[in-house]
Amino acid sequence: MSDCPTRKWPSLVGTGAAAAAFLAIPLFFKAIGLRSGPYWLDLLNTVGLYTILALSLNVILGHAGMFHMGHAAFFAVGAYTTAILNLNHGWTILATMPAAFLAAGLLAAILAGPIIHLRGDYLLIVTIGIVEITRIALSNNIFGLTGGPNGLVGIARPSLFGFRLSKPQHFFYFIWFMVGVTYVMFYFLENSRFGRALKYIKEDTVAAESMGVNTTAYKLIAFVLGAAWAGVAGAIYASRMRTISPDSFTFEESVLLFTIVILGGSGNQKGVMLGSFMVIGLPEIFRGFQDKRLLVFGAALVLMMIFRPQGLFPPTPARVKLSDAWSNKLVEPATNSESDDG
Amino acid sequence: MLEFLEQLTNGLARGGIYALIALGYTMVYGVMKLINFAHGELFALGAYLGYCLLVSSNLIGGLGPVLAIGLTIILVMGLVALAGHLLEKVAYRPLRHSDRLAAVVSALGASIFLQNAIMLTWGAQYRAYGANLLPNLLITVGGLKIPLIRIVVLFSALVVMLGLRMFIHRTRLGLAIRAAAIDQKAAKLMGVDVRQVITVVFILGPALGGLAGLMVGLYYGQITFNLGQLYGLKAFTAAIIGGIGNITGAMVGGMLLGLIETLGAAYISVGWKDAFTFLVLIMILIVRPTGILPERVVEKL
Repeated sequence: MSDCPTRKWPSLVGTGAAAAAFLAIPLFFKAIGLRSGPYWLDLLNTVGLYTILALSLNVILGHAGMFHMGHAAFFAVGAYTTAILNLNHGWTILATMPAAFLAAGLLAAILAGPIIHLRGDYLLIVTIGIVEITRIALSNNIFGLTGGPNGLVGIARPSLFGFRLSKPQHFFYFIWFMVGVTYVMFYFLENSRFGRALKYIKEDTVAAESMGVNTTAYKLIAFVLGAAWAGVAGAIYASRMRTISPDSFTFEESVLLFTIVILGGSGNQKGVMLGSFMVIGLPEIFRGFQDKRLLVFGAALVLMMIFRPQGLFPPTPARVKLSDAWSNKLVEPATNSESDDG
Repeated sequence: MLEFLEQLTNGLARGGIYALIALGYTMVYGVMKLINFAHGELFALGAYLGYCLLVSSNLIGGLGPVLAIGLTIILVMGLVALAGHLLEKVAYRPLRHSDRLAAVVSALGASIFLQNAIMLTWGAQYRAYGANLLPNLLITVGGLKIPLIRIVVLFSALVVMLGLRMFIHRTRLGLAIRAAAIDQKAAKLMGVDVRQVITVVFILGPALGGLAGLMVGLYYGQITFNLGQLYGLKAFTAAIIGGIGNITGAMVGGMLLGLIETLGAAYISVGWKDAFTFLVLIMILIVRPTGILPERVVEKL
C-alpha cells in the first residue's frame, strides 16, 4: 500500500519566509515610527482572531460539508467560560483556555446529537436558531452568571511566565501564534485518515456510508472539534477585549464567518486565511466609504457566487498516484461506470 | 380570561403576518430548493414603501383612510413584487444550475445588500407610522376590546391566504407550481415551463411579503431597517414547522408561531420571546423533521 495519497508537506521555505516577514510587521512599524501602528496591529489582531474562528468553521463547513451558520454560539460559550472562570474564580486566562475548549465542545456534543442528521438547509436554519437562543440566553443573564445585556467587564489579560500581554504588539504575537497552531493542527487533521473520510462524506455521503465510513460519527467529531476550537478563540477574544456582551455574538457574526470560509474557498486553509483578510481587513482599509461598506460587501458576495462560486482558492483535488501495474491494467478494460448522483 | 382572549387575538394577528411572509419562503423553497434569505428584506422594503406613501406622502390626508390604504396596498405589493422579480433575475437566475451552497451565499449577499440599501435610503433610526395615522377604533365584544386594525390585519391575511390557496389548487399555473415543487425535472418533461413558474413564484411571494411589511407598520406603528432579519428568520421557521414547500403548512406554521410567541411572552417570559420560536423549531425538527404538513416529496439522496 505504498501508493496511498502521500502526505504533502507545505513548501516550508516559502511559507517560513512569508511567516517571518509577517511576524516582523510590528518591528517594522516601530522602526519607521508609524504613529497609527497600534491601530493597524489591532486590525491584524482582529483578522487573526477571525482567521482562527474561520479555520475552525472550515473543519465543519469546508471539510465535513455541514451548513453550519451558528459558529458564534460556540465562540460566545468560550468567551463567557473564560470570563466567568476568571472573574468569579480567579483562574488565569491560560488556564481557562482548556476549559473554554471543553465547554464549547460539550455544548456542541449535546446539540449535535439530535441535529447531526439534518440535511443542508435544515441544519443551516437550526444552527441559526442555536446562535439566537444562545444570544438571548446570555442577555437574560442565564444561571445568574452572564451579566445580562451589559455582559461581563474587567476580564484579566493573559500572562505568560509572568509577562502580562497588554499592548497590541503583544497580542499580535499571541494571536498569530495561535493562528499558526490552528493551521498546523487542522493541516494534519485534513491529511489524516479522519480528514480523508470527511472529504469523502462531503463529496458523496451515501457512497461513503456504503463503503463503511461511519458518517454520523465523523460528522459529529468534526462538529465538536470545530466548535471546541471556536471556544478557544472565544477565550482569546475575552482576554483581548476585557469586556464581552451578547451583542458581540450575533447571527451576523456567524454569517460573516460563513462567508469568509466560502469566499476564501471552503476546504482550503490558505483560501480561508485570505478570506478573513478580505472580509475583515479590506472593509477597514476602505473606511472612507463607512456605511456603504456592507452594501458593497453584499453585492460582492452575489457577484462572487455568480462568477467564481468555488471561492478564491478552492482546495486542489487530492491526487493519487497509481502504480504502473495498475495504470496499465486500467487502460484496457474501459468499463466506464458514470456516476450519476444528480 | 379576557386577557387570554386579548393575547389570543394578538397572537393570531401576528401569526397572520408571519404566515404571509412564510408563504414567500415556502413557494421559493418548494420550486428552487433555496432559502431566499433576501425575502425578509423584501418584506422590510414593503414596510418602508408603506411608510413612504402613507406618512411621507400623506396619502390619507388626500384620499381618506379607506381609499388611501387600498391604493397603498396595491402600490406596495406591486413595487415589492417588481423588486422580487429583479432580485431573482440578478442574484438567482445565473445560479440556477450551480451548487446549492453558492445560491445560499448569493441569497445572503442579496440580503445584506438590500438591508443596507434600506438603511442608506431611510436611515438607521426607527421610523414611526404614527399612532394617529388611522382612526383608532376599538371593537367591543362582551367586554373584550379589540383594536379594529388587529381584525383588519387578521382578516386580510386570511383572505389573501385563501386566495392564494385557491390559485395554487384550482388553476393550471398553480398546478404547474405544485408540480415544479415536487420534481422540477419531471415537471419540465411534462411540459411545465419551470422558468415561468419561478418568475411567478418570485412575484407572488414578494407581493405577499410586502403586504406583510405594510401590516407590521400599521399594526406595530414603527419600523427599523433590520426589521426583515428577525421576521424573516421566524417566518422561515414557520415555513419549516408547517412543512416546507407546503402552502397550507406555511399558513398553519405561521399562525402557530404567532400564537406560541405571543402566549409565551405573556405567560412565561418576555425576555425569552424570540427564543421560543427556535426552541419550537428544534423540537419539531427532532420529532418530525418534515414539519407538520410535509409536502409529499421523495427525499433526494
